[in-house]
This record gives sequence, C-alpha cells and structure tokens, in this order.
Amino acid sequence: MGSRSSHAAVIPDGDSIRRETGFSQASLLRLHHRFRALDRNKKGYLSRMDLQQIGALAVNPLGDRIIESFFPDGSQRVDFPGFVRVLAHFRPVEDEDTETQDPKKPEPLNSRRNKLHYAFQLYDLDRDGKISRHEMLQVLRLMVGVQVTEEQLENIADRTVQEADEDGDGAVSFVEFTKSLEKMDVEQKMSIRILK
Amino acid sequence: MLRAAVSLLALPLAGAAEEPTQKPESPGEPPPGLELFRWQWHEVEAPYLVALWILVASLAKIVFHLSRKVTSLVPESCLLILLGLVLGGIVLAVAKKAEYQLEPGTFFLFLLPPIVLDSGYFMPSRLFFDNLGAILTYAVVGTLWNAFTTGAALWGLQQAGLVAPRVQAGLLDFLLFGSLISAVDPVAVLAVFEEVHVNETLFIIVFGESLLNDAVTVVLYKVCNSFVEMGSANVQATDYLKGVASLFVVSLGGAAVGLVFAFLLALTTRFTKRVRIIEPLLVFLLAYAAYLTAEMASLSAILAVTMCGLGCKKYVEANISHKSRTTVKYTMKTLASCAETVIFMLLGISAVDSSKWAWDSGLVLGTLIFILFFRALGVVLQTWVLNQFRLVPLDKIDQVVMSYGGLRGAVAFALVILLDRTKVPAKDYFVATTIVVVFFTVIVQGLTIKPLVKWLKVKRSEHHKPTLNQELHEHTFDHILAAVEDVVGHHGYHYWRDRWEQFDKKYLSQLLMRRSAYRIRDQIWDVYYRLNIRDAISFVDQGGHVLSSTGLTLPSMPSRNSVAETSVTNLLRESGSGACLDLQVIDTVRSGRDREDAVMHHLLCGGLYKPRRRYKASCSRHFISEDAQERQDKEVFQQNMKRRLESFKSTKHNICFTKSKPRPRKTGRRKKDGVANAEATNGKHRDLGFQDTAAVILTVESEEEEEESDSSETEKEDDEGIIFVARATSEVLQEGKVSGSLEVCPSPRIIPPSPTCAEKELPWKSGQGDLAVYVSSETTKIVPVDMQTGWNQSISSLESLASPPCNQAPILTCLPPHPRGAEEPQVPLHLPSDPRSSFAFPPSLAKAGRSRSESSADLPQQQELQPLMGHKDHTHLSPGTATSHWCIQFNRGSRL
Repeated sequence: MGSRSSHAAVIPDGDSIRRETGFSQASLLRLHHRFRALDRNKKGYLSRMDLQQIGALAVNPLGDRIIESFFPDGSQRVDFPGFVRVLAHFRPVEDEDTETQDPKKPEPLNSRRNKLHYAFQLYDLDRDGKISRHEMLQVLRLMVGVQVTEEQLENIADRTVQEADEDGDGAVSFVEFTKSLEKMDVEQKMSIRILK
Repeated sequence: MLRAAVSLLALPLAGAAEEPTQKPESPGEPPPGLELFRWQWHEVEAPYLVALWILVASLAKIVFHLSRKVTSLVPESCLLILLGLVLGGIVLAVAKKAEYQLEPGTFFLFLLPPIVLDSGYFMPSRLFFDNLGAILTYAVVGTLWNAFTTGAALWGLQQAGLVAPRVQAGLLDFLLFGSLISAVDPVAVLAVFEEVHVNETLFIIVFGESLLNDAVTVVLYKVCNSFVEMGSANVQATDYLKGVASLFVVSLGGAAVGLVFAFLLALTTRFTKRVRIIEPLLVFLLAYAAYLTAEMASLSAILAVTMCGLGCKKYVEANISHKSRTTVKYTMKTLASCAETVIFMLLGISAVDSSKWAWDSGLVLGTLIFILFFRALGVVLQTWVLNQFRLVPLDKIDQVVMSYGGLRGAVAFALVILLDRTKVPAKDYFVATTIVVVFFTVIVQGLTIKPLVKWLKVKRSEHHKPTLNQELHEHTFDHILAAVEDVVGHHGYHYWRDRWEQFDKKYLSQLLMRRSAYRIRDQIWDVYYRLNIRDAISFVDQGGHVLSSTGLTLPSMPSRNSVAETSVTNLLRESGSGACLDLQVIDTVRSGRDREDAVMHHLLCGGLYKPRRRYKASCSRHFISEDAQERQDKEVFQQNMKRRLESFKSTKHNICFTKSKPRPRKTGRRKKDGVANAEATNGKHRDLGFQDTAAVILTVESEEEEEESDSSETEKEDDEGIIFVARATSEVLQEGKVSGSLEVCPSPRIIPPSPTCAEKELPWKSGQGDLAVYVSSETTKIVPVDMQTGWNQSISSLESLASPPCNQAPILTCLPPHPRGAEEPQVPLHLPSDPRSSFAFPPSLAKAGRSRSESSADLPQQQELQPLMGHKDHTHLSPGTATSHWCIQFNRGSRL
C-alpha cells in the first residue's frame, strides 16, 4: 500500500487516470515511464515530434494517423492522461470489465465500440462521421502499396465502400463500419496483452 | 459393396501367397518356345500390389461415403481401421500368415511425407504464428512431460507388481516406450479434427502440436533407444547433455533444412514462366527432397517438410500459374488422403498379426490410463501457465478438448515396430500395447469426440465469406497494434510481425516473386480478386447473358470503361439499352456517380441478347491462368465485369463503381495506350470533323484534342462524363412531339462507312438536322420508352442488314463515362447534325458550357467524348460505326 501511494505521487492524478482507463498500477507505471522517455525535453507533454521520433512508426503506413490520434482537435501537445486515454483503447477486455459495465456510467475505453471507434476515426479524416470513398481510397493507398495500380485501388475502394454501405449514401458510417466487422473478434484483434 | 472390395483384394493376395510355391517347378521344364501368352506376375507384383491397395482404399472410401449417416457419426479413420482388421483377417485366413504389414520404412519414406506436406502447405500461417507460443509449449514441454511421466509411471507400476514379470523391462525401456507412445500423432489428429470443426484456435493448437512434437519424439526415441542399446550402466553424464543438445540440433536443424528448401523452391518457381507444366512437380520434388535430406541427416523430417510447406507457400502460389496452383492443391490433397487411407488400413491389417505381439493386461491398461491422465494433467498445467501470457485465455472446455484430442497413431506404431527385439526384450508387449493405445484413441476417442464437442458446446469454427472490409480492417488493426506497441515501447509480437512483413516486402518478396506476380500477393487485392471471380461465376450461373453486351467477351479489354464494341451489331444493341433509360431519374440524382450507375444499369439491361457461349468461355477459371503478362489484363477484365455487375445489382444504392479512369500503369500497358491513343485520335478527328460543323461548341476543340492525346497522362481523377447517343425515332415521333421529322429520318442515318465531312453533303443527311432539333428540345425529358422488346427486334434485324429500319425506337446509347472527363460542366450536347440544318444550341447553354469548359485544363479531353469515343483505348472502334449516332453528353454539373 505504501508503495502504491508513492507511485501515485509519481503519476499526477494516478488514481483518477486508473479509474478512467482501467489500467493496472503496473501498466500505468510502465506507461508513465515510457511517456517520460518519449518526452525528451522534459516538457511534461508530448508533441508530434516526440512521437515521430519513434523509428518504427515512420515506416508504419498508418503511423501518421496514429500519431495524429493522440492530438485531438488539432492540439499541439498531449499530456499523460491524454496519452494513456488513447492507449486505453487497446487494453484487453477482461471479464470484470463486462461484469461491471452496467453500473458505470461511461462505457470503458476498451469496449468493443470504443475500439472500433478508434479505428474508425483513423479512416475518417474529415471527422464527418463517415468514411467517404475518397477516405477509403487514401487508406487503401497506404496499405496496399505500390503493386496495385491506382485504377485497381479505386475499384477496391469502390467495392469496399459499397460492401459496407447500407443506406446508399456512398460512404461508410460508424454504424455501417461496426456492422461490417460484426463477425470479427475485435476485442481480440484490437488488444495488446501487456496493456492490462 | 464392402464385400466386393474385399473379394477383389483377396484374389491377387491369394495369387501372391501361392506364387512362391509354384516358382521352383518352372526351371525344370523345357523352354516352351514362343509363348502366345505369358503370365508375368512377379515382374509387376510390387507396383501392382501397391496400386491395388490404393485402389481398395479408395473404393472403401467411396463405399463409406455412400451413407452420409455413417460418416457423420463415425470418423473415416475408424472405419478404415476396422476395414483393415477385416482385410487382415482375410489375408491371414487365405495366406495362413500375416502379410502386408505397415512397414516402418514405407511409412516414413512414402506415406508420411504427403500428409505432412499437405498439412504444412495448407496451414493457416497467420493463425499458426499467432499461436506459436502455445503450440511450441505443448509440443515441446507437453511431449517431454508425457514421455517421462508415462514411462516413469509404468515403471512404477511394474515395481508395484501390477505388470506381469514376463515383461522384462527396466526404467530405460519404459522411458523409451513412453517417448514413442507420448507423441500426439498428426495423421490421427488431422483425420479426426477435420471432421469435428472446432474453432480455429483450438484446432491449430492441437494440430500444430502434433506436427511440431515430431522433433521431440524423434530425439527422445533416438536418445532412449541408444541408451537402451548402450545399456543403462554405460550411459554417462555427457550423454544426457548430448541428448539435450540433440533436441535443439534435431528440431532447429530440421526447421532450417525445411526453410532452405522452401527458399530454393520459391526461387525455382520464379523462373518457370516458360515451362509451366513442371511447376507442380517442382513443388513436390523439392518438398520431398527436404524431407529426405532431413531424414538423411537424422533431423526432424516432419518439421523440415512442415516448414518447407509453410515457408514456400506464399511465394510459390504467387509464382506458379493458376492451373498449377490448382494442380498442386488437388495432387497434394489426393496424395495425403490416399496415404492417410492406406496408413489406417494397414494399421488395421497389422494388428491382426498375432505373432508380433504379446499381451499383458496390466501394461495395456496402465498405459491407457496413464496417457490419458498425464495428457490431461499436462494440458491443464501448461494452459495455466500459458494463460498468464495469452491475450485470449484457453478456457476449461478448450482444455478438455485438447486433452481428449491427444490421439496416438501410426507414428507410434511405426516406431515401436522399429525397436530391436534383442535390445528391447519387451518389444512384443510394447507392440501390443501400442496397437491397443492407437486403436483406443483413434476409435473410441475419435468416435466420442464429436458428441463431446457438441455436448460441451465448444465454439465451432464459422466459415464466412471474406469481405473486403474485414480484410482491410484486419490489416488496419495489425498496423495500429504495431504502432501502439511502438508507442508503448514494448517490442511484442505485433512489432516483430510488422518488422517481418516489412522485411518480406522489401527483400524476400522481391527476390522470390516474379515481378508480375508481386502485385497479386497483396491480400486485400487478393480478396478483391476472389470476390470478383466468385461474383462473376455466380452471376454467370444465374444467367450471365445479362452482361454480355458490354464487351466483356474481350478478355484483353484494356480498360474498364471501354464499351469496346467491335461491331455495328454491338453498337446497336447498346443503343437498345437506351430505350429504357429514364433521364428524369438521371437528372434528379445527386452525383455523377449515381448517373454512371444508371448508365451502367441500362448498359447491362441492353445486353440481354448476346450469344452466351462466348461469354461463358471467357469467364471460366482456366481463362485466368494464362501468361503472367496477360494476367493484368485479365484482372482488369474481371474487374470490369465485376463493376458492371455491381452497378447492375446495386441500383438500390444508386452507386456506381465505374468511376476511375484508366491510369498509366506499367510500361507495357503504356505502350498499348499509346497505340490506342493514336488510333483513337484518328478516329476522333474524323468524327470531330464530322461533328464540328454541326455543333458550335466543338469548333475550337479539335486542336485541343491533339494536345490532349499527347498528354494523356494528365488525366483527371474524377470523370463523371456520360455519353448518351440519342436517336430520335418514330416512336417518339409518334408521340407527336416532332411529327415532321419522321419522314425525314429514313434509314440512311445508319452508319456511313466512313464519316467524313463529305458525307454530310449526302442528301439523306439533311434529315438529321430536324432530329437534332428534336433531341435538343427534349433532352431534359427524353421519355423513358419501355419498348425494349420492339427495339430488340429491330436490332436483331439490324444485325443482318447493313442499314437499320427507319422506324427505330428512340435510342439513347449510354456509354460509360469517359475516362478523362472532368467534373466541371461539360458541353451538354454533342449533336452531330448537318451543317445546313437549322438547329443551333440555345446560345446561353452553349456559351455557358463552353466558357466553363474552357476554363479548365481538362477541357480538351472532353472533346473526345464522341459517341463511342468514351474510351481512350478504343482501338477497335471503327469510325464508321459511330457516326450515325448522335451523342449527348451529360456531365456532372451540367443540368440539362
């Protein structure tokens, strides 16, 4: 217990962050450690530059978008709670999460819906709540690489949108997005074990 | 039926048995001169018998599957073992001695490799590596645990006096026995689990374990065997160390051999472009070479061939032709199923040979109980540890199935037969026990595992069709997870998988894949491709004729947007589709894409009456598998078909998928484009010449078009142009709208052989002016005429006649959007009309269209929008065919 309070002192608002994100104390400590390591000038927050320094992110096709997801609403910095809040999407779903879900007011950040929503907003660049054909095409271009011609990419994008599009507006809304993935084990595929 | 198979087998068997006794007599006889008929059984005996056995096994399979009820209840492996028992009994009765045992040599060299190759090659690699940790744990730790605990417990049983003293075995003998009896058998597991359909994770864990534990089994068996041969007194501490070291040597060495051969195989298939026919052979040869090499070096051959299949698949599949792929798949499945059948049948037959085994109830019962108990215990313990690290823990039900699914099989039997009786005096007892264990696990557990799985409500595997969304999002998730691991700073599984994929993409695939095949291996593309083929095939099954008029019969159709009609007939047919075009609908839809959709829809509508034969041929699977060079074109063709299908089927969405225009692709393609452009421009120029005089709008643009043809790469992305070729006909005229033009528009409208300006002077052309007026005034509400049938008839008559009847229905030919059309408002109408005609555009409209279009750099492209010039790769369009059509072009932004 003593050690816990000392950790809580290390991490500002540690307890409230833990309550919000559901991370364990150990995970939070690990993340805080990482946060400070990324924050190279000891600013107390992370800028885009800090995240761009991570080498492997540069080669990740979605790296830029994922970095961007840490900076909602165009802000230039992300503090530790914000940092953890994004990562909380990838906390594995545990049994106690589903049990305690009902009494809690907000849905936990690692719920299926929130996991999906995180992925969704990586597609939805203009934040209009819909993945347009153009946005789909952009993602495809990132993911498929150079081997497929632009024309074929566009075909794929068309088909992908059409496949999920149910109301015929030529774009994929979040509901449609969720529906197209209803057979997938999102809880498993969007979780990282160490983020307990 | 079963009896028939048996008696068929009995004949040659009896012959084989009696042959040796007859042989000594023959040398004594004088040479009989030229024989008219000679019986040469001995020369063909061995291959003949092999063929017969396989035939019997196959026939038996057919017989089993005659009744669905039986096969749904009883696993095939059980039936085969029982059949083997029956056959063995017959052989024993006929030949008075046991024949045709499962020889370990035959088993390891010929029967096992195809099964393992099949399972390795078709192993779902992603699933396998996702669960690699668990698989390795169960395979290594689990097998070691099973071997030692079973061996030690049996020894304890003997010490306790529960095993008869005539079983002369020490601790080492029991450990040896434990090592061979402990390994879960891939053949048995595969045979049973393939019919049970548990969920993929569970399957891959049990099955992966059974494949990978081979290395452990081989090492344990060899080490124990040599210890036994040396005698326990002579075993030194270094030997134990060597035993541990050999575990690594055997397993890693086997895997390395497999990977080396996988590399060679992939590399070889890269260069088989001109000798497609040997591609399947290469796959089998090199995989078999991997097996034999590993066997030669006393490494784990199963591991080698598993890794070979697992490693090479991605590249081999990309390199070899479609036909070869199918061949590999079916040959592999055939060989594996054949080997499996023979193995189980021979197992049954071998069990009959009572001379080889000696029964001891204590040993048999003890072994049965111990292997079940320790397997369960081992699984529970390991799972408990593993669950600390697994994202998705294995629950109790999974553990039950895993424990119960630990089937023993032919590997154990072959190993126990290989024991040396002089060194292992209790061999006969071990043989008997092994047979009982194998039979018990395969028959009893195999029979009951299905009801058990049902009763426990184990999550079954659900097979659902792949969708592009799932595929795409799955990739997205992978990348997201890799990125998040980067951010978190934990280099876990996703990180390494990501690194591996990048390495693979950068180096391995470049090295091992044919350049032309490289693209195809993108998974998203792959799914898209397969979806297309599936849809196309199902569509053809439902009545593919719907598609046919859109030029899909041309496999090498260069671009998706081309209407690609080569004949007047097609042209007219196409025009027929316009008969049901509702322009009102098109006008009210929101975007150009919607309009395109409608256009495509009507195009498809119009295609109903094309001979279906050609189309089917072009859609068959064989079609795809040709030269890699042509593959791209073929795919474009598939896409084309698909896209049209989609637009046809999805009218409720009002979404069209025809949007993109041809892009400059590879160099080869570009050349083609160049040619096409050259040809197209020729034709267009002529058309333009013809039309320029008619429509005010066009005057400037023919020059611009030249530039455009040069700079065709500057195409714009969004092309919303739609061309309608409209014809005023008597039907409309009958509605009283332009009554006067009826007399003036006689047949000559049809297709002047070459549309030059001179032709406009032809007297019959004068009528077109009137028609043009009509069209222009009615463009906003060209009446949907649903007289398609009538129109079709007139078309069919047109096919034979060079000139159409004059009483045509109003024709609106919908051409697919021009590839390079731009979004901006376009010239709304291209109305070829006689210069002398009184028609002119409403000035405001014409000017508006023109001024707007001139403001854009893309303007020139639009000038190409002639009837049937909608496509830039319009190589086969002869100018003559187009000229008689009047073209109305609708573009996004221009509301007529």
